[in-house]
Amino acid sequence: MMRSILTVDDSASMRQMVVFTLKGAGYEVVEASDGVEALGKAKSRKVDLVITDLNMPNKDGIALIRELRAMPDYKFTPILMLTTESGDAKKQAGKAAGATGWIVKPFNPDQLLKTVGKVLG
Amino acid sequence: MAIDLAQFHQVFFEESLEGLAIMESGLLGLGTGGADPEAINAIFRAAHSMKGGSATFGFTAVADFAHHLETLLDEMREGRRPVTAQAVEALLGAVDCLRDMLGASQSGRPVDRAAVAIHQAALERLLADGAVGATAPAIDRDEGWQIVFSPHRDLFRSGNDPVRIFRELAGLGRLEVDAELGFLPSADELDIEDCYLAWELKLYGKVARADIDEAFAWVEDHCDLAVRPLAELAALAAVPVPPEAAPAAAVQPASVPPPATAETGTKNVGGGSIRVDTAKIDQLINLCGELVITQSMLGLLGETFTMDRLEQLQSGLAQLERHTRALQESVMNIRMLPISFVFSRMPRLVHDISGKLGKRVELRLMGEQTELDKTVIEQIADPLMHLVRNCLDHGIESPHERVVAGKSDTGLILLNAYHRGGNIVIEVSDDGRGLDAPRIFAKAVERGLLEPHAHPPPAQLYDLIFHPGFSTAEQVTEVSGRGVGMDVVRRNIEALGGRIELKTQPGRGSTFSIHLPLTLAILDGQTVAVGKEIYIAPLVSIIESISLTEDKLNTFTGKGETFRLRGEYLPIIRLHEVFGVEGGHAVKLTDGLLMVVEGQGLKCGLFVDNVLSQQQVVIKSLEENYRRVEGISGATILGDGSVALILDIPGLVRLARQERPVQTRH
Repeated sequence: MMRSILTVDDSASMRQMVVFTLKGAGYEVVEASDGVEALGKAKSRKVDLVITDLNMPNKDGIALIRELRAMPDYKFTPILMLTTESGDAKKQAGKAAGATGWIVKPFNPDQLLKTVGKVLG
Repeated sequence: MAIDLAQFHQVFFEESLEGLAIMESGLLGLGTGGADPEAINAIFRAAHSMKGGSATFGFTAVADFAHHLETLLDEMREGRRPVTAQAVEALLGAVDCLRDMLGASQSGRPVDRAAVAIHQAALERLLADGAVGATAPAIDRDEGWQIVFSPHRDLFRSGNDPVRIFRELAGLGRLEVDAELGFLPSADELDIEDCYLAWELKLYGKVARADIDEAFAWVEDHCDLAVRPLAELAALAAVPVPPEAAPAAAVQPASVPPPATAETGTKNVGGGSIRVDTAKIDQLINLCGELVITQSMLGLLGETFTMDRLEQLQSGLAQLERHTRALQESVMNIRMLPISFVFSRMPRLVHDISGKLGKRVELRLMGEQTELDKTVIEQIADPLMHLVRNCLDHGIESPHERVVAGKSDTGLILLNAYHRGGNIVIEVSDDGRGLDAPRIFAKAVERGLLEPHAHPPPAQLYDLIFHPGFSTAEQVTEVSGRGVGMDVVRRNIEALGGRIELKTQPGRGSTFSIHLPLTLAILDGQTVAVGKEIYIAPLVSIIESISLTEDKLNTFTGKGETFRLRGEYLPIIRLHEVFGVEGGHAVKLTDGLLMVVEGQGLKCGLFVDNVLSQQQVVIKSLEENYRRVEGISGATILGDGSVALILDIPGLVRLARQERPVQTRH
């Protein structure tokens, strides 16, 4: 069974890199460019993992995580946030909202796959 | 990939080099045995950050290597490995190797694989040795960690799952898992969405603590965690420890410091940037504020000016002058770095070389906070290292020789930096055997530099060691005497507008003093007049100015003119001839003044009309604005707006000695 991943980021280049990397590793990938779009896609189909950036227009990552966690379908789904080394406060806010873990930016494709593998094993 | 990580490389390299410096000084400070845990921690953190960074940016070779280093340091940090001299040496070697690898990555040259393999093997050997001679006898069985993991009940709600963590741990070593079922409620009270289990895990193998912390990083605020080395348990083996009695040491994930705020533009590798103390920036901002206030005051005064306010105007202008000068000084100050940037390399040098030579040496550093221009710092490093090497090799005696001479068996090398006038003086002194005058004399005669029956004054004799190819080393050692000698040191120092002096006492030691200008942009100059022209001679190269009398003059046909100064015969250069000054200048040598200058250890007299004032001048490059001119090192603009040329003293001295015709253009 193919594992599916929803990747949320307002930066097209970042999304591109994530999608390219994950598809190359055999995952099915759904894209969204902000929290609102991501919620819509998450409702229309259940994914196995969500990877979201935190700073986005319309609905930021923290709000997205909080609303996903409130949905029965996503109570236990792993949600990873993209943080920076210095974004400790953001990281805490993300954890409080219900994030599973984080990937520290900047990361390279290998690290992304390693982290995703850790979650979806 | 769409993400270009290269933009972060420069900061990573800067950070890593700082990290390596921290590691090196920490390792040198460790000595043996009495290791300070905080020092080891600092070294470990530096290695850990480097490993993380290099992995992020795709320098896998560096990351691999740093990983070994980290594991070793981690064991020392945990007290599971003694800090032996052998381990410290291997770690120092590894630091060098890392520095080289980073340099290679930075400049894009291939890494010296052989060297890496050697150092890596040394580290692996150490790691394989286990904790040899450790305080607690470490048996293979005890290599590893005990982890007591009690998740909070809401763990699953964060999307985390203990199974994933265990899977990760199992990838690090052999994992034994024992579940603690004691907290499970009865079936009708049980909420299936909650986590009631706790685990005791045993992870066998050489695993770095940091890797364990990393596995639990996402859940650290959803659980109680205690991690400790199995070796500690071995001591308590008789008493099984129930999990709740385990010390609940909260896991501190090794945090990576945020990258220092350094600009990451497109910079030339190795030099485009400088880190400035924020205090200096604050001072600049304050001064700009003062200037703005003064300017607005003057502006107001100008709008409503009447003669009765002249005094106000004058005091305003005086204020403006003060602020401008202060601003200039502060801007210059930005380029200033403490000399500790260079001094900090010396402990390692002394440690390595004294070890090779079997000498005992104590290095003392003084005046490390003395600041000088970044460019000067960069260029003085090599000459200084050479002088220190020279002290170690030629100056300091073997412990035995020292004891026989009635000294302590440990030699002393002192590096001292201080300001004197507008210059900085850096001294390298040792309490060794001093210069060996008879041997220098013999060598000089052998090389044909002196006549066998000459009786040069000591100063002149000692000066010979700055002569190209002159080395009194009995044999060429690994340390010095490889033909790169004191002549190069002197040349480099003079290229910076400085000079080097030597004092020595047989049996008591030697002192080399380097006098340098604080900055390459400003020069302390002596203005001299030749006809209508004004020239500037660097103050540092002037010995004295004299007026000549007939009896001191000699003219040799075809050899030019010389004059006698305290027993020495020195050549005379008529500046008006060299630079083709037309008319209005003194012709007879007794009419003008003779400025005695020294360049590259050679003296000569410059014939000028008059010596005017001393002033600081800002150097402008002649090459960039015009072209290179023989005998001239640069130009400056005087207070009245006219251009004055700065004399290239070493060049002129060479001219005088070689009698080369100078090409001048008008």
